[in-house]
Amino acid sequence: MTTISDELIQQHGLTRDEYERILHMLGREPTVTELGIFSVMWSEHCSYKSSRVHLKTLPTTGRRVLQGPGENAGAVDIGDDLAAVFKIESHNHPSFIEPYQGAATGVGGIIRDIFTMGARPIALLNSLRFGPLDDPLVRRTFVGVVGGIAGYGNSIGIPTVGGEIAFDESYTGNPLVNVFCLGIAKADEIVKGVASGVGNAVYYVGAKTGRDGIHGATMASAEFDEKSAEKRPAVQVGDPFMEKLLLEACLEVMRSGVLVGIQDMGAAGLTCSTCEMGSRGGAGVTIDVSLVPQRETGMTPYEIMLSESQERMLLVVKRGGEAEVERIFEKWDLHAVRIGEVTADRRLCVKHHGEVVADVPNAALTDEAPVYRRPLAEPAYLADAQRLSLTSLGAPPPVRDVFRRILASPSVASKQWAYRQYDHMVRTNTLVIPGMGAGVVRVKGTTRALAMSVDGNGRFVYLDPFIGAQLAVAEAARNVACTGAQPIGATNCLNFGNPERPEIMWQFARTVEGMGAACRALDVPITGGNVSLYNETDGRAVLPTPVVGVVGLIEDASMVVRRAFRSDGDAIVLLGTGRDELGGSEYLKVVHGVTRGTPPALDLAREGALQRLLVRGVAAGLIRSAHDCSEGGLAVTVAECCFTTGFGASLDVPAVAASAPEFGPVATLFGESPSRAVVSVDAGRADELVRMAVAAAVPAAVIGRVSGERIRIAIDGTVAIDEPLADVEALWANAIGRWLDRPRAVA
Amino acid sequence: MKFAVVVFPGSNCDHDAYHAVTHVLGHDAAFVWHKETSLSGADVVILPGGFAHGDYLRTGAIARFSPIMEEVRRFAQAGGPVLGICNGFQVLLEAGLLPGAMLRNRSLQYQCEYVFLRIEQTDTPFTSACRQGQVLKIPIAHGEGNYYAEPEVVERLERNRQVVFRYTTAEGAITPEANPNGSVRHIAGLCNEARNVVGLMPHPERACELALGSADGLVVLESVVKWGRESFLGDSRTDVTRDRPQEMTPDPISVR
Repeated sequence: MTTISDELIQQHGLTRDEYERILHMLGREPTVTELGIFSVMWSEHCSYKSSRVHLKTLPTTGRRVLQGPGENAGAVDIGDDLAAVFKIESHNHPSFIEPYQGAATGVGGIIRDIFTMGARPIALLNSLRFGPLDDPLVRRTFVGVVGGIAGYGNSIGIPTVGGEIAFDESYTGNPLVNVFCLGIAKADEIVKGVASGVGNAVYYVGAKTGRDGIHGATMASAEFDEKSAEKRPAVQVGDPFMEKLLLEACLEVMRSGVLVGIQDMGAAGLTCSTCEMGSRGGAGVTIDVSLVPQRETGMTPYEIMLSESQERMLLVVKRGGEAEVERIFEKWDLHAVRIGEVTADRRLCVKHHGEVVADVPNAALTDEAPVYRRPLAEPAYLADAQRLSLTSLGAPPPVRDVFRRILASPSVASKQWAYRQYDHMVRTNTLVIPGMGAGVVRVKGTTRALAMSVDGNGRFVYLDPFIGAQLAVAEAARNVACTGAQPIGATNCLNFGNPERPEIMWQFARTVEGMGAACRALDVPITGGNVSLYNETDGRAVLPTPVVGVVGLIEDASMVVRRAFRSDGDAIVLLGTGRDELGGSEYLKVVHGVTRGTPPALDLAREGALQRLLVRGVAAGLIRSAHDCSEGGLAVTVAECCFTTGFGASLDVPAVAASAPEFGPVATLFGESPSRAVVSVDAGRADELVRMAVAAAVPAAVIGRVSGERIRIAIDGTVAIDEPLADVEALWANAIGRWLDRPRAVA
Repeated sequence: MKFAVVVFPGSNCDHDAYHAVTHVLGHDAAFVWHKETSLSGADVVILPGGFAHGDYLRTGAIARFSPIMEEVRRFAQAGGPVLGICNGFQVLLEAGLLPGAMLRNRSLQYQCEYVFLRIEQTDTPFTSACRQGQVLKIPIAHGEGNYYAEPEVVERLERNRQVVFRYTTAEGAITPEANPNGSVRHIAGLCNEARNVVGLMPHPERACELALGSADGLVVLESVVKWGRESFLGDSRTDVTRDRPQEMTPDPISVR
């Protein structure tokens, strides 16, 4: 018997206190295999030990919620006895170490979370953050991540229908790769990750187990430093073909009615799936790891339990159903191997050739894992960063130049370079393609469609986490509402730095508070998600970046509205009001190189009113196009409405009174006040829309017309922008490709 | 008519082809698993898009050995209409039912976007309802669609009028920009010498409903219906648009 040394404990990322707790729980010294099991289950990634106390405050229930957090994914009722099953998850750390495989296996993981619920995955989104593209290492990461997402999603045949990509220096050494998947299940046939029924067989299916990804969950719970490149063996390699077979075979097994429960072997692999399934089912699981199909020879029980090899599932099968399960997997050329059975003792018992190598109560690994209420402290940077003196920035450049520079800023510019590499049409449901606001897919067999959007502005959260998180929820829900969809549920991915630093934990806590308040006010419960901490390199954290995915329901798919203007002569109506709000804006970043000020103020009641108006206006057939105002402000919104279909616009907008008068025009055109949308409407019905808005307490004004081949914007009658559409569209369309189509530097 | 949609492990446009044939076109379709050895009396065979066997080794290289391919070959030799879409086209090339091979796209990237195709030949089962020179707006979605064949083979294809679809501009002009992947002579699709086996990289089944962005692909499926009626009934006056339902027809629940 090995004695557990302090060094070994430390190597497993456990503190001395945590180890004492293990001794107490077991009443003896753990075996090395048990130590490994505890280390992954008690890692931040699996246990949420720093975040749990905060996450508990989020609203997770509602009229439509069929499944909240705690399962593989959340689910909401979408009518017709169907459920939308969705979740977002991060794969930041692996994507920095090995961009292509890191991103690919992120996609693979989230897809498994969805189909293990009994849902057919029908849409993917992603939210990505990188450093500036002038850095060759960033370009390599960007190209690799986009390639990995494309490689996996395209091959498995699930369309990537939307997403967002933004760039900021803080992400240079720590990109964010958040992937979202949505599937459709029969509402009464949602499958859960439970093990129950003493004596029922536990099956292992899918790829063989190798030494790849051992301690991936522990890796994802540590900061990066210059040695990170050495962690490459902890990143797994994806096989989308294997996953496609698993997907089809698992859905077929679920239909056969012999399944009790199923769980994907994601982070912490076989360990996590066995103890979590047992825990949820109030049962125990005994397995013999010598029966696990192995890709390498001489693997120890420790390695088998901790491997994060991809494309593997654990199934619990009803007694008598074994032959049926084996037949279905055989059809798909997959092996289903019986590795153990369900027991009554609520323990995870691991044997190796019959000899017990680990025997741990499930509760010790799940419900009784450590929970920390870590110290919080308002960050020292905040008071200074929130101070913004516009006059100290010098005079703003001419508005025309600002307009062109912002359109060509990679965060605002067209992401077509990436989206073209994603199959966004497979399954023939895609009504709104990526790069056009929320993605929309119809639900075959019904008249309905689902809209979905992922959003989060790290700059706003950095400057005020409470408001920034609210703005993220508001923007995602508003994007969905712009298509005509009623927001019905949300999922979140919280990307932060090291939670052991009180300043980071304060950002996290304030973010969760803000998010909860916004979700309650806008009636979008959080049904699940993911927390990614330790997003730091050499002690520098990323911008705190909560990404919110909102799903919305459209009753009549034929009414879906897109963002582009549709015909000459239509009236352009601005819903909402712009204010003097340049804090944290793309304008300040692009033109003055600063992230300062306070984020725009958000009135949740007004935001809700706007969203309800959009949904009603679309359902009434009044709104012909709609696009929300966000990064880059009103001028960028109008330009994006003109792009892709080539309709110009002529507008006259009211000036925003600015504290520094020379900043009036830029505040008017590029300020990022929320709760606004630009919609177009048949000229003869503009008054009708304005009346409807006024009755809904949403400010509304006709600000111009769709016309010509130029973008012309006047402020209180004085022309500020008058540019040929084709000219500025080219700037916007080519800004990202310009960086990537030049000869690539090899890192 | 009865369509067989062959399902290889890794096919992922099988449901799309099925949907277009049944719910949009209003005809019968059945999935045929690649391990089967019978097409169960189908009138038309579709090899759908996807990544058969993961496209590991080489696109379509393993699929040609699937048991069903023997039967597809027999069906083709007997004159039955066979349509290979995208990966299905790649399988037809590997199986030797059509000549040539695929290289990686000139961009070295997967590309998913609308392209324009010009109909070069109307005497195949899958273009019989088209006009010569008609331009269709149809999406591509592939990483290896850069068609290549030896110069003599290309000459033979041209001489025999086997080039059925070519990438062009919306106006039907051959320009370098209109060629999305670098295919030789802008070839997007071709037929065999007997003209009953047709393969193309673009996805007509994805362009059968206006709600999705284009319904130009429907004419490819309507063509084979027209061709079938004329072959079986000798009736050339068939109105092929007869069964076309309105846009957005709900399917039966297709959760699985």
